[in-house]
Amino acid sequence: MAPLNFYLLLSAFMFCVGVLGVVVRRNAIIVFMCIELMLNSVNLTLVALSAFIGDPTGQMLVFFVMVVAAAEAAVGLTIIIALFRNKQTINIDEINLLKW
Amino acid sequence: MTFALAVFFLLAAVSVVSAVLMVVQRNPVNSALYLILNFFSLAALYLTLQAQFIAIVQVLVYAGAIMVLFVFVIMLLNLGDDKKLSEHLGPKTYIAVALVVGLFAELVYIFSQSRADGVTELAPNAGQMGTVEFLGQVLYTKFLFPFEMTSFLLLTAIIGAVVLAKKKLQQ
Repeated sequence: MAPLNFYLLLSAFMFCVGVLGVVVRRNAIIVFMCIELMLNSVNLTLVALSAFIGDPTGQMLVFFVMVVAAAEAAVGLTIIIALFRNKQTINIDEINLLKW
Repeated sequence: MTFALAVFFLLAAVSVVSAVLMVVQRNPVNSALYLILNFFSLAALYLTLQAQFIAIVQVLVYAGAIMVLFVFVIMLLNLGDDKKLSEHLGPKTYIAVALVVGLFAELVYIFSQSRADGVTELAPNAGQMGTVEFLGQVLYTKFLFPFEMTSFLLLTAIIGAVVLAKKKLQQ
């Protein structure tokens, strides 16, 4: 059995890759997919800790994270569609309506 | 090296490589496909942790429903040409990479200091905990109120998505 630390390190790495994608990439859809990656890496942490501690609360939390991710994906992608309809681009550098 | 450890390293390698490839791909379709591969490897990792229900839901909800939505939107927006997809990498990128490496180093340090260090065995009840029966029992007793709230959340999301995606009415 792989130690708990291996799972936590894998999840930390995936989270960091997701953060990097959100910060560096300019394509709104890819930024959005990086957010999904971050959510999934946290899910891995929750499941790993739940299985090693023996408490089902972590797995329940993963269940709710998935519900929130589904709702977030539906609304977020709709916002991207609305943005594309209005500005003909999904490059987040060109979307600066709220910039001061 | 035991068989279980070898399986873990194989799955970890697949998920790490697919995550990195997802971020560096220029075309969002390739990114989405690598993300799906990542989700499948995560589902297999959940199975190694004996969380069967979560693994199945991962494949059904994430790799199935959510990624279909992503691929559908990518298809709808039709961002095929390279000019629209080009991104420039400035000095900001290197600062971002340095900061993220720092974040990873912090996380590694915290894990090495925590009580999680040195734990190698699953809890004895881990096997029966991941089943639909056990999780359903917990979900409908201890987590009943949050469960009911998720239905409200999904309803809000559906209404929000329809309102936002609607074409502007002619005035």
